[in-house]
Amino acid sequence: MTAVQTGPSVEVSDLRIALTGTDVDIVDEIVIDIQPGEVLGLVGESGSGKTTVGMALLGHVRRGGRVSGGVIRIGGRELASLREADLRRLRGGTVSYIPQDPGTALNPALRIGRQLFEILEAHAGSSGQEHGERVREALEEVALPSDETFLDRYPHQLSGGQQQRVAIAMAFANRPAVIVCDEPTTGLDVTTQARVLETVRELCRSHRVAALYVTHDLAVVAELADRVAVMYAGRIVESGPREKIFTAPAHPYTRRLLRAVPDIAGKRTVVGIPGHAALPGRRPPGCFFHPRCDFARDDCRGAFPPVSEHGPAHEVRCYHVDAVVRAPTPEGAGQASRRAAGTDTVLSVRGVNAHYGARPTLFDIEVDVHHDECVALVGESGSGKTTLARCVSGLHKDWTGEIRLGDASLPTAARARSTEARRDIQYVFQNPYASLNPRRTIGQTIARQLELFFGGERRDAGQRVAECLERVALSADAANRFPDQLSGGERQRVAIARALAAEPKLLVCDEVTSALDVSVQAAIIELLGRLRQEMGLSLLFITHDLALIRTIADTVAVMNEGRIVEHGSVEQIFTAPSAEYTRKLLANTPSIEVVLGHATAPS
Amino acid sequence: MTETVDTAVDLGLEGALEGPLPEAAVLQRRPWLGILRNALRLTRTRIGLAIVAVIVAIAVFGPLVAPHSPTEFVGIPNSGSSSKAIFGADALGRDVWSRFLHGGLTVLWLSVAATALGVVVGVCIGLVAAYSRNWLDDVLMRGNDVILAFPQIVLVLLAVSALGPKLWLIVLMVGITHAPRVARVMRGAAQEVVERDFVKAAEAVGEKRGRIVFGEVLPNVTTPLLVELGLRMTYSIGLVAAISFLGFGLQPPTADWGLMINENRLSITVQPWAVLLPILAIGLLTVGTNLVTDGIARAAIGIDRGKS
Repeated sequence: MTAVQTGPSVEVSDLRIALTGTDVDIVDEIVIDIQPGEVLGLVGESGSGKTTVGMALLGHVRRGGRVSGGVIRIGGRELASLREADLRRLRGGTVSYIPQDPGTALNPALRIGRQLFEILEAHAGSSGQEHGERVREALEEVALPSDETFLDRYPHQLSGGQQQRVAIAMAFANRPAVIVCDEPTTGLDVTTQARVLETVRELCRSHRVAALYVTHDLAVVAELADRVAVMYAGRIVESGPREKIFTAPAHPYTRRLLRAVPDIAGKRTVVGIPGHAALPGRRPPGCFFHPRCDFARDDCRGAFPPVSEHGPAHEVRCYHVDAVVRAPTPEGAGQASRRAAGTDTVLSVRGVNAHYGARPTLFDIEVDVHHDECVALVGESGSGKTTLARCVSGLHKDWTGEIRLGDASLPTAARARSTEARRDIQYVFQNPYASLNPRRTIGQTIARQLELFFGGERRDAGQRVAECLERVALSADAANRFPDQLSGGERQRVAIARALAAEPKLLVCDEVTSALDVSVQAAIIELLGRLRQEMGLSLLFITHDLALIRTIADTVAVMNEGRIVEHGSVEQIFTAPSAEYTRKLLANTPSIEVVLGHATAPS
Repeated sequence: MTETVDTAVDLGLEGALEGPLPEAAVLQRRPWLGILRNALRLTRTRIGLAIVAVIVAIAVFGPLVAPHSPTEFVGIPNSGSSSKAIFGADALGRDVWSRFLHGGLTVLWLSVAATALGVVVGVCIGLVAAYSRNWLDDVLMRGNDVILAFPQIVLVLLAVSALGPKLWLIVLMVGITHAPRVARVMRGAAQEVVERDFVKAAEAVGEKRGRIVFGEVLPNVTTPLLVELGLRMTYSIGLVAAISFLGFGLQPPTADWGLMINENRLSITVQPWAVLLPILAIGLLTVGTNLVTDGIARAAIGIDRGKS
């Protein structure tokens, strides 16, 4: 379908999308060119407008917004001049889209085959015979079986990775010229992610497809993209070739962002970015980043910096590029001086087997957590790491074996345990959007925790709540707010403050940063590191992110299919992994430093 | 605005965090007041409240300002408006206006009592069923199904015809037949809530079951609860009026809106007011309660929060 043409497949100039009925822009001054066969990584944190830009290439603007300036050309054709019918033909034909969550993008009531046929029928009037072959070809391209039994399946009968590859097959089915990927590997395991990225890359190269890869994950961009554009608060602040962006970033935001990303190849601390990005309508005058920038001068408060050429094809929007480039990379206090883990055991798990109904999920688990130690449980989804954490905290009751807290053996269910046992083990949930009662103020939530474990002295409750909030770097004002009035990072701080209010011996952190942006993740990790130093906390840290462990954990237990396949110190796991599975995980975890040849891949 | 922005709404809290800490955090204890205050800003709530207030005022203060006794004969049966009786006389020659002013209080308190009983019992059954997730859930919900199998009015009539037209029996039966309907809705709403992490967090720290159900889950199902409350109130008014229309409520010669409609329905063409006044009152009362409920429900889920 692609017409032979010269010049870029995608040309966006001065794109501006504003809130309907106002002059407030969501994104502005967006300039993007993508050549055939090229992958452009569009990186930004939540609220930066990256998805808005991605959707604009499909001629789509979310409700509440409208294109109020600039030009988008796809294959030389200007989108604004197309009628609705032409736009429909364009979508899925010339420009196609790989969604973030294939689980919701595929129709659960239709068989896979039917859905693939549909997308072909929508764009080519030709016969069913040809379509059958195209469907088979499309599935083979993404390394899925193309036999009848597979085509007859429903989306729920496929794994997340298979669903995503079906979505990719659908996106590539009509041989598009441009493809927009909206974080297609978020929510996939590293092994699956590696395969999906490989597929996307190969298809783009072999069919000369121009791809816009929208993501918050810098490591993925380092693996996949040819060029990178970094977005902040609705503007592209830096763009250039991949190597330049990662090795010689020139914008202060890019530099801070890179320092917030944990990397499996380098044992270094992560550093969060203080403050947070401003929303449309609340952005400061001048450079939007200046309130959070170390290099801000008076001129930064005047007007937004113009684009300046920093090197070949490397564009930056900052007044003080020279000063930024000369400055050393920011360092965090974080983990620099880690306390040595104690020798007395806080928690010991012995021979634990767990079931969900009739299905066994954990097999003979043995883990110890010592005083002041951070033990990481790593594994992909379905490995049983969360089940183990829930057994420890008594939320999952169906287990056998022994879990000891200090000297006492714990009953299975939280309700059967003593108040002390419940106080000593505190659980922080993955999703701070779900773990706080939306109908209670932050103050009420924390006050209840205090009342539960230390009795209700109503008079000084406010004072004690303020202390708990101060510990996680929130002000006492937060106590009056409801959870929906806080950002994700603030909510997770509240959840941690609630757990710490009980003065626990062991903090169980279940993927506490996976719902957060990298800069926020880094800030939470910094916070946990600081709290460990100050309070002498023992941590059971559950994560799927190997890179994260390196910055926080002392000991690591790698889990696969309900078993601990490897157990050792962080150093040992990263430098000399013994289990095949660990090696596979390490190899599949994207790493900025490995890709750019700064470090060799572990093992 | 949330719709147009990628994810979390940031209110710039962290920016406000610098500077000295205030003495102590203020613990706001009643988020409810805020919801009601927001509801009062909506036109629909105000109109609904005005209507309800007028009808309730008529029912409560009517007997005090009525020109005649409800049983006093003031004119020729079914006669029209006169200086003694502004809405004329009813089928027995009593003052329509006075009987109307006297006849509302019973309908009103019977409906309120029956609704309160039904909603309280229904909420308890629904939330306990949703939270238990075991045999108790099945027992409670199958028990509900038995009651749901009969039309409400049939069960109420069955009881009053067997035990006699007693007011407490009407309240009890209307309430009991409301309960499974409320329970079903509340269980449905709570099923999603009991799976959320904050409920698990409460379990992990050992909150009592009752406190989890009524302290953690209940505040998150207030929206369907308020809608149910309004709906059940509406049905209660209709049911109670219907029962007295059928003669199982207050007995003649007491004045009562439902009874008035029955007594005067044959002469509607010559004396429409004796039927129209109670019908208008009952109708407006249901519309009013619905508008108030709707306003509160909207405020509770924050639909109109941005406008204020």
